Amino acid sequence: MEVIKIVGTDDTPSVTLDVANEIFEISGRSLPEDVAAFYEPILDWLDKYSEEATGKTVFNFKLVYFNTASSKMLLDILLKLEEMYEGGKEVLVRWHFPEDDEDMEEAGEEYADIVEVPFEQISYSMD
Amino acid sequence: MDGNGAELKIFLEFVYGFYKSMKEHKVQLVYEGEITHQITKAFTSLTENNMEVDEESQSTQKKVFHVMVECLQNVGKHAECIDCDGGRKEGRGTFMLCKNDEEYTITTGNILSKSHIPDMTEMIDKINSLDKEGLKQLYKQQIKEGRLSSKGGAGLGFIDIAKKTGNKLYYSFLPINEEFSFFVLTSVISRYNN
Repeated sequence: MEVIKIVGTDDTPSVTLDVANEIFEISGRSLPEDVAAFYEPILDWLDKYSEEATGKTVFNFKLVYFNTASSKMLLDILLKLEEMYEGGKEVLVRWHFPEDDEDMEEAGEEYADIVEVPFEQISYSMD
Repeated sequence: MDGNGAELKIFLEFVYGFYKSMKEHKVQLVYEGEITHQITKAFTSLTENNMEVDEESQSTQKKVFHVMVECLQNVGKHAECIDCDGGRKEGRGTFMLCKNDEEYTITTGNILSKSHIPDMTEMIDKINSLDKEGLKQLYKQQIKEGRLSSKGGAGLGFIDIAKKTGNKLYYSFLPINEEFSFFVLTSVISRYNN
């Protein structure tokens, strides 16, 4: 599978999707000008990957900010992971949030309520 | 102004009056025009810098940033205009950020067809009637059921603002003519006890 490696900017997140190195991660800030255009290649990639995946998929979300338009796209990613999980693949979502950021922690809880997939919440220190 | 002394005097008085009004209402930032992605980025980044200088808490900074983005994107995506051809929208409106000792207020104003008033009134009133838990439920329901519109909105902005600020949304539709109203929305973010 091709590797997706997007370097983040002040309004788009960093994205790494790398099967060989087992890295699946979205981090940083997400408020792209055109959310659908930004997330479409990622969702397409996951569609292809879901057919091919053999090992365990540990998907890391480490966002510090996302707007509501992005929140819908993040749910779409989680729904694809849920599909994989329901199809018998091994999947784990790790939701990282800054330790003092209740809103980001709550966002993780809300997603965990919506999707049926193993979900871990992990706080980290910003310093 | 064609060098007309009286007109110039009126203009200069307007400038001074405008300045005094801004001071009186503690306006930090005011804008009228097209709300583009670049404008959103510029205003949020400027405000972040100012809040950093003011040593505002991280929590307040995040909330102000959040609400600014949602409000600006609402105007950019939904503002209508009276004399645009073929219903073309130019995402034009006003944006205002005020700060006093206790809170930040973020206000947007834009033109909207009166046909939207019943739905929007119902939605905002519903949001204002809910407590934190109710807002969480509504958010989850909307994110699951709502589809991303052609304009890239997820229909979640108002709910998110109410959730993040913990305050009610203040709004008004001021009639412009038969067809259009001016929609004003104000959100309040407490500077303390976040």
